[in-house]
Amino acid sequence: MNREIAPRDVLGQTFIEMAEQNDDIVLLDADFNPASKITAFKERFPERFFQIGIAEQNMMGIAAGLSTVGLIPFVSTICTFCSRRACDQVTTSIALPRLNVKIIGLYAGLFVGKNGASHQSLEDIAIMRAIANMTVLQPADARETRLLLNFALTYDGPVYIRIGRDPVPQYVPNDYEFELGKALTLRDGTDITLIVYGDLIGDTLKAADILSQKGIKARVLNMSSIKPIDEQAIIQAAEDTGRILTVDNHNIYGGVGSAVAEVLSENRPAKMRRVGVRDVFGKSGSNEEMKKKFGLTHTDIANEALTLLQQ
Amino acid sequence: MNVSVQKLEELEKTANTIRTHLVKMIAKSGTGHAGGSSSITEIVTVLYFHEMKIDKKNPCSEQRDRFVLSKGHACPAQYAAFAELGYIPKDMLWTLHHIDSPLQMHPELGFCPGIEMSTGALGQGLSAGIGMALGLRMRKKDNRVYVVIGDGESNEGQIWEAAMSAPKFKLDNLCVVMDYNKFSLSDRVQNVMPLEPLHDKWLAFGWHVVEVNGHSIAQLVNAFDQARQIKGKPVIIIAHTVKGFKITHVEDQAESHSVSFTKEQVRNTLRHFGCSAQEIRATIDIMEGVK
Repeated sequence: MNREIAPRDVLGQTFIEMAEQNDDIVLLDADFNPASKITAFKERFPERFFQIGIAEQNMMGIAAGLSTVGLIPFVSTICTFCSRRACDQVTTSIALPRLNVKIIGLYAGLFVGKNGASHQSLEDIAIMRAIANMTVLQPADARETRLLLNFALTYDGPVYIRIGRDPVPQYVPNDYEFELGKALTLRDGTDITLIVYGDLIGDTLKAADILSQKGIKARVLNMSSIKPIDEQAIIQAAEDTGRILTVDNHNIYGGVGSAVAEVLSENRPAKMRRVGVRDVFGKSGSNEEMKKKFGLTHTDIANEALTLLQQ
Repeated sequence: MNVSVQKLEELEKTANTIRTHLVKMIAKSGTGHAGGSSSITEIVTVLYFHEMKIDKKNPCSEQRDRFVLSKGHACPAQYAAFAELGYIPKDMLWTLHHIDSPLQMHPELGFCPGIEMSTGALGQGLSAGIGMALGLRMRKKDNRVYVVIGDGESNEGQIWEAAMSAPKFKLDNLCVVMDYNKFSLSDRVQNVMPLEPLHDKWLAFGWHVVEVNGHSIAQLVNAFDQARQIKGKPVIIIAHTVKGFKITHVEDQAESHSVSFTKEQVRNTLRHFGCSAQEIRATIDIMEGVK
């Protein structure tokens, strides 16, 4: 297995590289830079780094204002404070006027160290997806994190990037380039399609291995472009494999499972099931404990796939 | 004071014109935020027609000062000012609140020239103004940012997050005006959520604080003059105003917040503003859909 890197570990260096090429980039922090790993940017470009303090709502508004003079603000804090806490500011001050603000959410989903329910973001995809003008992304790994940040810089409009906390191997190929609204096929298959993104890719690939041992060929799609979602890839998967299982590190309500169901029901109905947190709040615990408690292990994913295949 | 008596009289007339416009447009719309619009009329007048650096021919000029109306519901006063500046045609005022009109009930950036930020969800405009002030300073522009906030909206926590942050960044290119009309939607501010001691609060947060009669053109002109001299910190002008000022049937009442004018009330109000019988008749005709 290749070396594991936490997506957040590449943020500081990527921002520095981007800012060296583009004078308009500024960063705003809500007292989280040691954990979001952007301290190196603060030291390299102190005049382009704004410490707003633990005031996420104010941070979103200040970012909106900065963008009106042509600067490109990247704000970052924990996903749940980007979405739940500052929901109205993101909506009214950023998305409604379609301002060029990039929102970087850290600690996506259940995996927040042992910080527990108050810090877990099981609603952020649902919230951000429902805001008009908002683009929603989550990288698979450190390499895709760099690609998404560079994409966000070139895209004119608000973008929310949801980033996992802990180290993961590289899943995307070295020659892969991110394209908005395009899924990446991590593994091809004809019997069932597993749609996943972010931290649960590893478990989903392991589940595909289990299925493979049983002679079941599973297609695995990395859906890093959550909104806009790759409708064509979903419809094609339904055509080719008939059954679709989604895997969400998020509440099953409003996550990628919901987005896939929307596409299927309107275009090409197919049997599907959703793995995800089933409408409960999270807990403090290790990632492995959390996966077991909330039914997100590779075994759970494989079992759900088998159930779906029997339907 | 760096302004002539003649200029003061001219500004008084402009304020009266703006107040006339906003009553007419709200009357035609059927309902609207007349109270808060009327309480900021002199503030808006002095800012757009005296204080701010703007280009009447180019509302998007890079060299312009910025104005954010954080209490977005009072935008009829702003729209009326835009019509007088020539940013929008005067006829457009009659489209207030229409579904396809740039003149929405709360201002939307990108749809109406002169609007610098989408507001309406209260408490948010000051943060955006801080971002603009920081950005202009980064861009090495000497333009200033003016933000009008409400007293009622100062119940919102974000106002105080913003109040804490502007002095940290030493934003002496930022001037806030509080429209202290003493009412929010349902009742007196004092009953809804007391704000006093307001002067001391802003002082304690690190601002230079000035208090004026917000309907006195001369006092406002002086206060903005003074604000420009303050270095190293932002300025707030607490403008004591009257909600629904000069709209006599709702003046200084919570009921002025959202007003639906009867024809009789329009007649009386416009007469009070000095409008001619012909102008009043024309307004009533437009209200009735005759024209």
